[in-house]
Amino acid sequence: MKARVYVTLKPSVLDPQGKAIHHAVEGIGYHGITDVRQGKYFEVAVDGSLSPDEARAEVERIARDVLSNPVIEDYRVELDSSTEA
Amino acid sequence: MKFGVVVFPGSNCDHDTYHVISKVIGQPVDFIWHRQDNLSDYDAIILPGGFAYGDYLRTGAIARFSPVMGAVKQFASRGGIVLGICNGFQILCEAGLLPGALLRNDKLKFVCKHVNIRVETTDTPFTLRCQRGQTLSVPIAHGDGNYFCDEQTLDELRRENRIIFRYSDARGLITPEANPNGSLDSIAGICNRERNVLGLMPHPERASEEILSSADGRIIFYSLADTLAELAKAS
Repeated sequence: MKARVYVTLKPSVLDPQGKAIHHAVEGIGYHGITDVRQGKYFEVAVDGSLSPDEARAEVERIARDVLSNPVIEDYRVELDSSTEA
Repeated sequence: MKFGVVVFPGSNCDHDTYHVISKVIGQPVDFIWHRQDNLSDYDAIILPGGFAYGDYLRTGAIARFSPVMGAVKQFASRGGIVLGICNGFQILCEAGLLPGALLRNDKLKFVCKHVNIRVETTDTPFTLRCQRGQTLSVPIAHGDGNYFCDEQTLDELRRENRIIFRYSDARGLITPEANPNGSLDSIAGICNRERNVLGLMPHPERASEEILSSADGRIIFYSLADTLAELAKAS
């Protein structure tokens, strides 16, 4: 099984990297882009000994305790039980 | 009285800090490897600057799970003095010993230069030798020193007089130009509610001898030594 974890800055936190990317994108000539926010993406492989529910709970814990900092970041976990670990 | 300087894989100011404690202020000090989980021999613990665990994931994010950090938490909860410098400040925030977080510098550049910080209060074991409003010339060297916390936390820090150092100009004025990294309220250093844990981004250990162009930083270490001497007398 594979889980995907998306870690993003809270809306209240400024993202100077996203801003720099946004400026670059505008500078290149792309139109209609109003904002860019940079985040992190993790792929977590889980072995078959865990049920999908257990795997989700485990990855949620990892996302909360390790992969994100609750002061500045939010996270979202997606579980893909169709993939082999 | 004994100081301990924690060494994580990737610490790189551990020897500077050790040098200042042992040679400048002349106090006993040990290096403490990050696997050590007993700090009962020590009176003050310093988390030095550097790039613990390569700053992977986030600055301080992996270091906070080191065995020594469990011991540092216990040590701090019993009133032990803990000082985090630069990466040490980042680790203290990640570990929840100090509130807030250090974000990427607002201009996205690693900034390495001397700055001035203003002492906002002398009511800490780290600043008792200072004068309120005194400016210290100390270097910074970081890419992630942009202090952030939510509004409620900022209110608390202000109300409880826990903002200890702010970036200022040489005369002690807080200006946007004197803020090198975009830190909220020009915050350079804060302490916990009990006032025994302090984190700051500037490097006082790199400005503790005249030959290094400023010896302003050593007042922090002398303050600590005074505090420990008082504690030893009292016990």
